[in-house]
Amino acid sequence: MIQIENLHKKFGKNQVLSHLDLRIDEGGIFAVLGPNGSGKTTLIKSILGMVVPNKGNLSVLGASIRKNWKYRQEIDYLPQIANFPGNLKVKELIRMIKDLRQKPSNEQELITLLGLEPFLDKKLGTLSGGTKQKVNIVLTFMFDSPLIILDEPTTGLDPASLLKLKDLIQKEKSKGKTILITTHIMQFVEEMADEIVYLLEGNIYFKGTIDELMAKTEQNDFEHAIAAISTHTTNA
Amino acid sequence: MLKILKYSFYDLMRSRWSYVYFLFYLALGFVLLFLNHDLSKAVITLMNVIIVLVPLISTIFGVMYFYNSKEFTELLLAQPLKRSSIFLGQYYGVAGSLTLSLILGLGIPFILYGLFQSDAIWDFSLLLVTGAFLTLIFTALAFNIALSNENKIKGFGYAVLMWLFLAVIYDGLFLLSLIIFEEYPLDSFSLAATTFNPIDLSRTLILLKLDISALLGYTGAVFKSYFGTNLGLFISLGMLVLWTVLPIWRLAYKSKRKDF
Repeated sequence: MIQIENLHKKFGKNQVLSHLDLRIDEGGIFAVLGPNGSGKTTLIKSILGMVVPNKGNLSVLGASIRKNWKYRQEIDYLPQIANFPGNLKVKELIRMIKDLRQKPSNEQELITLLGLEPFLDKKLGTLSGGTKQKVNIVLTFMFDSPLIILDEPTTGLDPASLLKLKDLIQKEKSKGKTILITTHIMQFVEEMADEIVYLLEGNIYFKGTIDELMAKTEQNDFEHAIAAISTHTTNA
Repeated sequence: MLKILKYSFYDLMRSRWSYVYFLFYLALGFVLLFLNHDLSKAVITLMNVIIVLVPLISTIFGVMYFYNSKEFTELLLAQPLKRSSIFLGQYYGVAGSLTLSLILGLGIPFILYGLFQSDAIWDFSLLLVTGAFLTLIFTALAFNIALSNENKIKGFGYAVLMWLFLAVIYDGLFLLSLIIFEEYPLDSFSLAATTFNPIDLSRTLILLKLDISALLGYTGAVFKSYFGTNLGLFISLGMLVLWTVLPIWRLAYKSKRKDF
């Protein structure tokens, strides 16, 4: 699904990703974890082509993404901070994205599910953080694409919406889709993820299932296991 | 690209500033015509306003739009769209709506006054054409500055400085050099210096078209013999096109290599 070879990215003097190799196979939920500033968002943005790597090869669905933009048709992306043009109405934004992608979509179902009907005629600038995140979720899940990338999807959501989001993700997974998630909420990872990709200082530090991680770190619960990886390296 | 252009254009058409800009030209056109009662004189006064104001408004509007639509741009970048079409679409949206405000704002009063029965129509058209060129040039320059500067305040500062340089300081330096080197033959120098500044170039083009170059003395005669010929007109229009194309090309080139 995604193949990354020897990826390098520098922002000024700050080496964010170095010698990163990663292979993500089709199907399942992959959690991309790592401390703040470990390069999670940069990795995701590289896959999306928003960040141009200094070195390395990236291919999505078997085709190199260099000088290619059509592959994004097959990706649904939920950005970290839901920043939308403030003077657009929710309805207009949804219509615009549909117009740009020209794919069948099921936004109505999602709008009902998340209870967004009262906000359809409101301008995006006037919405609260959580409501914006719900709009963000509608925009991401309304298309049927084989690859879904979620950057901090839980931000600002109330418990009820969080449950709905989890259901949505599970539903997409059952269709055989590949889902990449970054988050800092370990409980969410434990519940959802099939496999973990742990980034540290711009490189993959660990890749495997939760059980493998616990075996490696000799911990009994997941949260401690994650904490153990980080302390492990600071000691090393 | 056309879709992005459409959305940017609609977005701007709904914004208050496009109307303010349009109404300003509308008011300016009516006031000039009904106080002056003379189409040709109104064209000259308008030229002086357009030459300075169009670059200023285009620069500020371009920079402001670019920074304000940062979110919109990021949203689009994750969509299956080519990078250059995102930025060029936004650019043409801004430049297009500004040009439309200019042409409609000035066109309506002049047409109502009876432009089509007058022989000033060609002078007026040239004025609008140069106005459109200046809009395209300065919006493109502003987009370039904004693309290269992450910091809004810096980008804004550079853009205003660029306008100040081309609209005011360049002329000062030009005159100064003419005075300092007055003992040398300066015809080709002054010709070249004029073509390298889009504002000066537009001003000279219009002045010569209006046939008041006699006021310019000896240099005027040189200019007339240059710009008056087909070759001169061709070269000066070519320079305006070059001034438009180069920044647009750089915009497309740079946008492909930027991280978001």
